[in-house]
Amino acid sequence: MNPAKRFIVTLVFAAAIAAVVILNAGAAGHGGGATETIHLSEVATASGIDFVHQEPALDPKIANIAPHVGALGACVSVADVNNDGWGDLYFTTSRFGASNALYLNQHDGTFKDVSADAGVGALNRPGEGVSMGAVWGDYDNDGNEDLLVYKWGYPQLLHNLGNGHFEDVTAQAGVRTWMNSNSAIWFDFDRDGLLDLYITGYFRSDIDFWRLSSTRIMQHSWEFASNGGKNLLFKNLGNGHFKDVTDSLGVGSTRWTLAAASADFNDDGWPDLYLANDYGPEELYLNQAGKHFELARAGLQDDSKSGMAVAVGDVYNRGQHDVFVTNISEKGFLFQGNNLRLNFLKELGRFDEVAKGPVADAGWAWGAQFGDLNNDGLLDLVIANGFISGDSGRSYWYAMSKIAGAQGNIFEDAKNWPAIGTASLSGYERSRVLLNRGEAGFVDVAQEAGVTDQLDGRSVAMADLFNRGLLDVVIANEKGRALLYKNTADPSHWVEFRLVGTRSNRSAIGAEVTAEIGAGRQRQAVDGGSGFCSQNDRRLHFGLGSQRLGRVTIRWPSGNEQVLSGLAIDQLHVITEPQ
Amino acid sequence: MTTAPAQAQTRAWMAIAIEPRYLIVFLITLVLVVGEWRYGILGGYERLATTLGVCVVTEVLLSWWLRGRVANVASAYITGISLALLTKPQANILWPFALGAFLAIASKYVLTYRGRHLWNPSNFAIALMVLLAADSVAILSHQWGNDIWTNLVIWFFGLVIAWRARVLHVTLTYVACFIAFAVVRHFIVGGPLLTEIAPITGPMYQLFVFFMVTDPRTTVSTKRGRIIVVAIVALVETLIRLSGDFQLALLKPFYVSPPILALAMVGPIAMFIDLRRTPGRTAAA
Repeated sequence: MNPAKRFIVTLVFAAAIAAVVILNAGAAGHGGGATETIHLSEVATASGIDFVHQEPALDPKIANIAPHVGALGACVSVADVNNDGWGDLYFTTSRFGASNALYLNQHDGTFKDVSADAGVGALNRPGEGVSMGAVWGDYDNDGNEDLLVYKWGYPQLLHNLGNGHFEDVTAQAGVRTWMNSNSAIWFDFDRDGLLDLYITGYFRSDIDFWRLSSTRIMQHSWEFASNGGKNLLFKNLGNGHFKDVTDSLGVGSTRWTLAAASADFNDDGWPDLYLANDYGPEELYLNQAGKHFELARAGLQDDSKSGMAVAVGDVYNRGQHDVFVTNISEKGFLFQGNNLRLNFLKELGRFDEVAKGPVADAGWAWGAQFGDLNNDGLLDLVIANGFISGDSGRSYWYAMSKIAGAQGNIFEDAKNWPAIGTASLSGYERSRVLLNRGEAGFVDVAQEAGVTDQLDGRSVAMADLFNRGLLDVVIANEKGRALLYKNTADPSHWVEFRLVGTRSNRSAIGAEVTAEIGAGRQRQAVDGGSGFCSQNDRRLHFGLGSQRLGRVTIRWPSGNEQVLSGLAIDQLHVITEPQ
Repeated sequence: MTTAPAQAQTRAWMAIAIEPRYLIVFLITLVLVVGEWRYGILGGYERLATTLGVCVVTEVLLSWWLRGRVANVASAYITGISLALLTKPQANILWPFALGAFLAIASKYVLTYRGRHLWNPSNFAIALMVLLAADSVAILSHQWGNDIWTNLVIWFFGLVIAWRARVLHVTLTYVACFIAFAVVRHFIVGGPLLTEIAPITGPMYQLFVFFMVTDPRTTVSTKRGRIIVVAIVALVETLIRLSGDFQLALLKPFYVSPPILALAMVGPIAMFIDLRRTPGRTAAA
């Protein structure tokens, strides 16, 4: 072999190795270089929010992986519970005897826990199960937001009496069905003006975590598991009763659903269902005129990851519902990457996955929500991260990798899992605050924004809690205290809408507002539950920056369409659906 | 009656059929097709196109430029598919596939001793990526659905082909050693025995035992030697695994993929010693 030629090849070989090192260093970075940022300040304690989540204590038969199995249930949802025009907060905890918390907004920057008096606190009881989240919706159109608490156990439907008290109507409503659920949403799938209820199953519904008859409770595949709990769709009959219509509507997925969201993704006027499934591909169920749902082939079916949350947002002001789904990334072991799926259903019949950089890799990501945190007219993104923060010197990743690649019937049995003990599993990860710079992409500004916590974040919700024209961020943390990040930015320009349905459900859940902002148009839908075990405020917030607000189009769930022009900015508009 | 040309053609096909590298080509193609059909394991055809394209082009160019003749590209084909299957990148980035493929094939021309390359090409590239680019690359560990029937099909064909390729002793020795050491680890670490045996039931090990550890070009010259070397590979893998169990921070980069990194360490040393002891042993890439 010619030595000169060999020398040249060796040089190129060395250069290629150097390129690997350099490119890898680029991948490890988290962007930066943003000239603008977001300003948040953590004020939970100062605001009177002292909620601390407690994890469930499970059957000792699965003690070896109890910290892994039971690392769920810290959730937050926002609603104006007492119709005073101020957003209130509801947190769930997951230990028998521990109380969920309903924090009423005191209008002065503080909150007061009234859960005991309201009758929505003491819901975690042996035989009934423990809370895993909650969603608000006025199912009986009486003008008061009712509460559905989903559980590992019997879900509870709590009717808001309008006098500060709630009544448990679970049994008479017909929704007392044991489930191991980690999400639920309200939506009016048949557009009859009554909110229906979709409760997802995670673990199988025959599992009672406090009296296990078998330890074969885990997934049978890490990628294509279908042995999870069955999702259930309850149709609201309008007389205080619900009917299970899951099978006739075709939405009984058993794919370990961790999160769901509803919006009209294909623009046909009917609310569709988007599911984030653990150990499997995401699912989009397209609503066929309220008669049936069809599982769409929209580029989702072959991309199997560990979906944890569904956030819906119009990322580039195209007038489309794009989707962000969180997943897992752990250096060296696993790069699933979060999915940012741009909606091209109408044009191409599919979503295109475009996540990269800090959008794709946020660690072990859980809850996420879109919201315009700096009022510049573009939706930013907050992601809560971290699974189990235990002994920082011990990681469970290697131990888990021993069974992760094995045959399904081995790890389906919890007793074959190595003991996790006090080890961490993607613990001490920080939350991400991703600033949307439009075509320049997202950049992580968490540090600059003042978001530095490393708690095990689960649930993220956004709301203008202090009625200032700024979105605040609430994060519920597993085995940790809840955080309230108050937005301290310059308000710039904005506009907000609170919608009141008449022909549509009174909460206006599913109503869509498209606002022309400068040259773009941003579309948002009233939230009936999204992210991971969370719900944003019903009020819709649009940042405007220095751009002009053009026409605003409201499409109500009933089908009514309303076009508004010349709306004043920097204020909240309360809009009642035309009869 | 068969005509003479037809007989010659039949003999040619027979030769291809029994040539070990073509059996391996068949097997890895089977793995690729079954895995993609059942589970979409590739995660995008551009990844396969990149690794295959770069491997084949690199092989053709380097063999022609350095050795004056274009090498058979079967080896590059096997390497290209192995890299596409085993590399899991962050956020759909393609450069690990391109650079990994180049480094894999180039290593055959650069990292040589007495005209022989020391590392199995895909083993070298994956080990390098895992160690130097952990922020960008993970290794496949559970992308294949964990379905026993798919894996049984591949194990069946793999064992038959390993037998035909006369490397079954390597495969069986490794499997036996892995299980024996799993029992040892079980007693040292505690926990269920099945947990320690579980890894070998996964897809990464199929690729490992049929395409890496048995590679005729990078195994030692004697049957006895190959058995000893593969047993040492299993032993080093066990030591890496124990370092994972006991959380030795220094070795953390290694326990993301114990068998591949064990082979990357033991294989070239064994080859080097073997080549020194048998000076007449030389071969083209």
